[in-house]
Amino acid sequence: MGEILSIALIFSTLRFATPLIFAALGGMFSERSGVINIALEGLMLAGAFTAAVVTYETSNPFLGFASGALAGGTLALVYAVACIRFQADQVVTGFGVNILMLGVPALISSAVYDSAGSTQQIDRQFLLPEFFDVNLATVVAFALVPVCWYVFYKTPFGLRLRATGENPAAADAAGIKVNRLRYTAVVLSGVLAAMGGAYLSIGQSSLFTRGMTAGRGFIALAALILAKWKPVPVLFACLFFGFTEALTIPLANYKINGDETIPVQFVQIIPYVLTIVVLAGFIGLSRAPKALGIPYTKES
Amino acid sequence: MRIFREILSPLAAVAAAFAVGGILVLVIGDDPVKTYSLLLGNSFGSVKDVGYMLFIATPLIFTGLAVAVGFRCGLLNIGAEGQLVVAAFATAWVGIKFGGTVVDVFGADVDYSWMSLPAIVLVPLCVLTAVVAGGIWGAIPGLLKARFGSHEVINTIMLNFIAIAMVSYLTQYHYKKPGDPILQTVPIGEAAHIPRISQFIPGMPEFVPLSVAFVIAVLMCVAVYVFLWKTKWGYELRAVGENPSAAEYGGISPKKQIVIAMTISGALAGMVAIGEVLGNRYLYYHDFSGEVGFLGIAVALLGRNHPVGVFVAAVFFAILYRGGIFVDAFTNHVSKDLVEVLQAVVIIFVASLQRFSKR
Repeated sequence: MGEILSIALIFSTLRFATPLIFAALGGMFSERSGVINIALEGLMLAGAFTAAVVTYETSNPFLGFASGALAGGTLALVYAVACIRFQADQVVTGFGVNILMLGVPALISSAVYDSAGSTQQIDRQFLLPEFFDVNLATVVAFALVPVCWYVFYKTPFGLRLRATGENPAAADAAGIKVNRLRYTAVVLSGVLAAMGGAYLSIGQSSLFTRGMTAGRGFIALAALILAKWKPVPVLFACLFFGFTEALTIPLANYKINGDETIPVQFVQIIPYVLTIVVLAGFIGLSRAPKALGIPYTKES
Repeated sequence: MRIFREILSPLAAVAAAFAVGGILVLVIGDDPVKTYSLLLGNSFGSVKDVGYMLFIATPLIFTGLAVAVGFRCGLLNIGAEGQLVVAAFATAWVGIKFGGTVVDVFGADVDYSWMSLPAIVLVPLCVLTAVVAGGIWGAIPGLLKARFGSHEVINTIMLNFIAIAMVSYLTQYHYKKPGDPILQTVPIGEAAHIPRISQFIPGMPEFVPLSVAFVIAVLMCVAVYVFLWKTKWGYELRAVGENPSAAEYGGISPKKQIVIAMTISGALAGMVAIGEVLGNRYLYYHDFSGEVGFLGIAVALLGRNHPVGVFVAAVFFAILYRGGIFVDAFTNHVSKDLVEVLQAVVIIFVASLQRFSKR
């Protein structure tokens, strides 16, 4: 057992939790305002790709990270226009955004770098800096949790956001511009999710590969549900899911009965099974914001 | 007039997708006209080309129908991918266990079987397995929604990951030939193979993997049409999709219909296994799907959730995917990833136009 539980495991838990925290916090803004965000995966990919390209071209990871966030915000704006202005089905559109971000980065990188869907390797010194094995982005992610908590519960914006997600008609009657608020929330979710993606390509790894988020957008969504759409529980849910992912590394090398390994698949499915169980209401009720997924049309 | 509108909005979405794609191709520095002629013009040149295109279309018809049946009941089945993976593995498992000894490509005997059933029993058994396994995996989110009210979208996404992990475990640890570097099972028995179309059509080369699964797919289009519009059950299912509370007031149980719709949806998605396992590779190959489960959503949306539309949309996407290979080979910069971009733009536009036209 000692071979599995080690200091290294703590650090890799932090590493794996980082992109999830960014994305889940992002999803929280969007969903608490009433817009479903299945598109987290695609938004992360947009951030990862843009950050990798800009960092490679300019050798400046900070510029890369910021560009990634900007790309996520821009893509989220497109998503918001479809969902809010055109009242498109949010799940279907979000799903479309995810597929778009499988195609577009691959299309561009195979044209520009002539390699099937991945960008050029970035030199180690130009990646996001690490302090004592902890990446700068990890620090930012953890710092964002109290910031988001404050914004959510201590600012007028947070109050309006929560009101909009629960009862848009009442919020509207109270003078809140429902749709403008939702635009802000969705764009913010894109910025945050993309930061998570950027960390993947210029922090944890050193290049962008096709579909490199590998379902992390959905794990973040699962964490959000498990955390009942609240900022501090989001942190713990992401740490837990980060831990299950981190656990697969030592497990793959851990031998039982001579040379049999424990199948990593059993560990990998924990977040997914847990989400289904929580959604079914077996471990406390996880209630979504009331107006989640419903476009708002002003009564006239 | 209604038919006109039903056709117009998908066409508008396709036109928009091609416009966006064309701009991207220009930005990348290639010729859009040449790219699009490569993309669209490589599916009808010969019998072989048509055969390959229809081979690609076959799983898309199944998953498109699967998603369409869900949509008609007001459900979004993002889980077709998981359902077809489970079904494909289960089908291969039956084909292995009841298929007798198989001689592999190196001439060695492979025997993972319990017994050897004749083709006349084994083929129907395998087909039934595909339908039932897919149906069960689809029924789970249906039951969860009916019993606990938990959203089918989240549950199907989670079940996709669970299905893929479970099947990869079973393949890797129990049904892979020792030493095989590829994540795939041992081959199924020869008695489980279904005939390829080349046996019936002169001029179709034997290597074209188009099998009778395509015929089954076409029959399923008819069956889904009859079910949805000519039977009481189909009427009840659609009634729940149109207006669940009105349906309930009219004596229809929405919960029951949700379970039925998800089961049928899963069963249709599971039928992908027929063409893939029994007619193409003759084993379970872990990465076989290429996300056709997700593509089914685009097919259903573009086909307006109607079996005829689904067929047309499946053929359309099959043409694009076939053309993608030629785009990769014969343009300077553009890659087949363009097809994914087109698919995504189609999805986003159809979703946006639908609500817009209702107002």
